[in-house]
Amino acid sequence: MAEVASLKVSVWRGGEQGHFARFDVPARENQTVLDVVTHIQRELDPSLAYRFACRVGMCGSCAMTVNGRARWTCRTHVRKVVDADGALELRPLANLPVIRDLAADLAPFFDKWSRAHGTFQPKDARDGAVPDDFAVVPPASKQRREADAGIECIGCAVCYASCDVVAWNGDYLGPAALNRAWTLVNDVRDGGRGERLDAVAGDAGCHSCHSTQSCTERCPKNLDPSAAIAGLKRVLFWDTLLGRR
Amino acid sequence: MSASERHGETPAAGRPRSATTRAQTHLWVAQRVTAMVLAIAVVVHLVMIVMAVRGGLSAAEIIARTRGNEAWLAFYVVFALAAGVHGAIGLRNIAAEAVGLRGRGADLAWVAAGLVTAGFGIRAAIGLYA
Amino acid sequence: MDLRARSHPTYLAFVVHRVSGLLLALFLPVHFWVLGTAIQGEARLDGFLRWTDNPMAKAAETLLVVLLAAHLAGGLRVLALEFLGWRARQKDMVAASAGIALLVGLVFLLNVV
Repeated sequence: MAEVASLKVSVWRGGEQGHFARFDVPARENQTVLDVVTHIQRELDPSLAYRFACRVGMCGSCAMTVNGRARWTCRTHVRKVVDADGALELRPLANLPVIRDLAADLAPFFDKWSRAHGTFQPKDARDGAVPDDFAVVPPASKQRREADAGIECIGCAVCYASCDVVAWNGDYLGPAALNRAWTLVNDVRDGGRGERLDAVAGDAGCHSCHSTQSCTERCPKNLDPSAAIAGLKRVLFWDTLLGRR
Repeated sequence: MSASERHGETPAAGRPRSATTRAQTHLWVAQRVTAMVLAIAVVVHLVMIVMAVRGGLSAAEIIARTRGNEAWLAFYVVFALAAGVHGAIGLRNIAAEAVGLRGRGADLAWVAAGLVTAGFGIRAAIGLYA
Repeated sequence: MDLRARSHPTYLAFVVHRVSGLLLALFLPVHFWVLGTAIQGEARLDGFLRWTDNPMAKAAETLLVVLLAAHLAGGLRVLALEFLGWRARQKDMVAASAGIALLVGLVFLLNVV
């Protein structure tokens, strides 16, 4: 890849309906996909809309579809995704409304986090009072390890854009929201377990997952939402069978 | 317009969301319980198929094994029930995702179709027994 | 449908599971009905079984056996993932499932001809 002098970049322009615009961007030895987009916007076409903030893989705002796959662009090296002819195809994330060009509207994605009860419900202090003492949570306990496995999610929606079930069922909560629910189900300090399990059950929830594991395959943080969803299914299976819900 | 209306999933009138998700969860549980039954039954079935086709299929050979044998009758009745229900729920999921066929009415129709299919299988099992 | 995002082994396993499940679910009522009708007597059943001796029927039977074995092996992988939390070595498990399906098909073929 280092041999090509310039990258042939096709960039999505417009909203849901739109077209690809072609740009030639100088190829560099070390270059991320976000660098390429920034070059286009600063040097070639200032009207290009895209989104980024931290540039170091923390904020989760720069994800796009790069050569057909959802990726965080700030930490995706061009040479990893471009073949010998230097062709790069950039689209906004799939399964989300397009605001313009490369910027997708993440509102439905975050709405589903709240529908999945993705917020911590303190068991000790529902009214916001300060508990008398710290909760003791052994880091090596099974539940804490399950929670820790999914806690590093940055909310980039790469998994959501990669999930076919989201495309097939617009109500489906998606991998990130379900992964978040599973971390909270395993948080011993949380008091909202019952309502949360109700919220993630059924066709809009974990039971529509077919374990294609596209979420796990694409997660830039190497999380395993597919396994988290399997965990929710497991808990709901035994709760249902044993008449606990 | 709510998200569910937008995506064509109309919750049945007067049914609370929790009842709908509970019914959907029950279908999923039935799908997995039948899967566990089938995991064993299909292994037995495959072994019997391979044994039966050795030296050619013969009706006498099959009926000699099953006639008057309550154990095989019970096996095939359970197998037919599990397969009928499992297949119907699978088709339900495909229909929901591929053509958007969803809702309580469709779910009940699928379960009925599964039980009718199982009935055909039980009829065959009784034929092998009697 | 962009295949560039759908080429990982667990996605292919899903496609195989769905297609085999669909075909088997459609075959099931036919299988039950024909068997139930054929079993009205030994002679009638034998007549039906002789009809299935033709090569086309044998090819179809082999396909069905492979579909059933593939759905079984793939289903066991899904159950292990969901109920035992086996998340490691998913790619190897997909390969093993495919191997089992083909092996069962081969054993069937070796015994049927």
